[in-house]
Amino acid sequence: MRSSTPFMQFWMRFKENRFSVAGLAVIAVLFLISFAAPLLTQYRPETINAWHVLLPPSSAHWFGTDELGRDVLTRIIYGARVSLKVGFVAVGISVAIGVVVGLLSGFYGGWTDSILMRLVDIMLCFPTFFLILAVIAMLEPSINYIMMIIGLTSWTGVARLVRAEVLSLKSRDFVLAARVLGASDARIIFRHILPNALSPVLVSATLGVAGAILTESALSFLGIGVQPPTPSWGNILTSGKDYIEFAWWLSLYPGLAILVTVLSYNLVGEGIRDALDPRRR
Amino acid sequence: MGRYLIKRLLMIFPMLIGISLITFVVIHLAPGEPVEMQVSMSPKISAATREKLREYYGLNKPLHVQYGIWVSHLARLDFGRSFGSDHRPVTEKIAERIPVTLSLNVIALILEFCLAIPIGILAATHRDTLVDRSISVFVFLGFAVPTFWLALLCMYLFGVKLNWLPISGLHSMGSDKLPFFGWLWDLAKHLILPVGIATFGSLAGLSRYMRSSMLEVLSQDYITTARAKGVKERLVIYKHALKNAMLPVITLLGFSLPGLIGGSVIFETIFAIPGMGQLFYQGVMARDYPLVMGILIIGAFLTLLGNLLADLSYAFADPRIRHGRE
Repeated sequence: MRSSTPFMQFWMRFKENRFSVAGLAVIAVLFLISFAAPLLTQYRPETINAWHVLLPPSSAHWFGTDELGRDVLTRIIYGARVSLKVGFVAVGISVAIGVVVGLLSGFYGGWTDSILMRLVDIMLCFPTFFLILAVIAMLEPSINYIMMIIGLTSWTGVARLVRAEVLSLKSRDFVLAARVLGASDARIIFRHILPNALSPVLVSATLGVAGAILTESALSFLGIGVQPPTPSWGNILTSGKDYIEFAWWLSLYPGLAILVTVLSYNLVGEGIRDALDPRRR
Repeated sequence: MGRYLIKRLLMIFPMLIGISLITFVVIHLAPGEPVEMQVSMSPKISAATREKLREYYGLNKPLHVQYGIWVSHLARLDFGRSFGSDHRPVTEKIAERIPVTLSLNVIALILEFCLAIPIGILAATHRDTLVDRSISVFVFLGFAVPTFWLALLCMYLFGVKLNWLPISGLHSMGSDKLPFFGWLWDLAKHLILPVGIATFGSLAGLSRYMRSSMLEVLSQDYITTARAKGVKERLVIYKHALKNAMLPVITLLGFSLPGLIGGSVIFETIFAIPGMGQLFYQGVMARDYPLVMGILIIGAFLTLLGNLLADLSYAFADPRIRHGRE
């Protein structure tokens, strides 16, 4: 068999789960859509049209129009850009912090470990959404701040995962061998421990993207996320709430977009977990 | 057990200091002061008045001094006065709102456990059958659906289209004149949507957890032994397996608290429920520092308490910990 590389082995197992493959396909399509947005629609997301206010779905406007006469489908397509960006950047930040904290904590143990893990415990006490809300509203709401703050408040899970992995790895023979050969701490951490600790991180990062997208949409919905006229799935739903008695399409479609996207990331995460789990091989 | 209890209780103090420190830093690192907010609303205020205002609020002192003053007040349960126009003590404002949020969340939590545990057991005992698969689909949808969107759809369906349920507030106009049961029925109708959606939001995670916990227990030797002895399957599940499968689920109870409290911002804003979440949202929008810090601290403290209770009940339920193997 040619499936000898680790990646091919992984892929063979991953594609056994049809739902995960479907999720991956949806994510790929979302990437395409957000890059090709201007080619896909004849409307602009910010163009106001006073004559076409709150039109129900029709052949000209598949998903109807909003209270300013903007095409809802177009706004959803452009909104995909926001959610992809938020998802990946926020998770990038949280994984970076989580990995560093987890490595330090697990590898050095003792006081470093106690202090960092108490910090994690304390962070876990805060209702995260309150914390995010407090910071964002004190700053000017903007997409950059949102990504940063979601990242800064969601690293605790990754830190705990990495720490647990490091603890089990650091007394293994290959690490001891490296140490006997005189490898530096940095070399042991980055060359021997980190690569072996990454697979649970990958799973949690994938699920983290889904979580970040949900958080962003909730913030934008509350009016302290992405600011209009820039479209985001969450802020389209804000209008949906205001016009719920007259325009169901303003509420239905952006929510479906969030649902499908988050579902896809979760399915992919689940697929990666199953494919990497040694017990299921 | 006694030693464990004391150890856990003593941990509260350093945790509280940490919580207060993070709250303070988070709020004060952000640029923009409440004074700026008031000034921007009435631009006529002179620089001198502005200085006076800052002095009045203690904002002109160095940060560590401000922290010291704040914590020493906190220790006496004095959360300061709201920056809002009513200038009422923060404790008073929060105390009015806490019962609403807490009782809403407790009802949701109880419902959630009552539903999630049987669902989890059902999925585990019917593993890989149609039942398990349909539950899985439901679980995945539950994880992915934005609860505020679900709330919108339900408002549209039950409130606007069918006109079955009210969609905002806790009471109808004039409900205070109703007889007790009429009043109660009115309240219940207002609660159905928010409580139902809050329950649904966290149902997925919990039932999934229950399923895997149950599966884990069912694969153990003592279950096989029980089955081999000819114990009825019902008894195996409910008498032998359930107790042990429930153990890890108890700890989740404590951990689900911050999520519930955090989620209350969204529910209370959507359904116009006068609870802590709504108060927090208003406080945050008005940059009411003492109020925001007060609610953050209380939210974190409640979580700390929840975790402690969960840990203790876990310890109490697990004989290995109860009989102190250290």
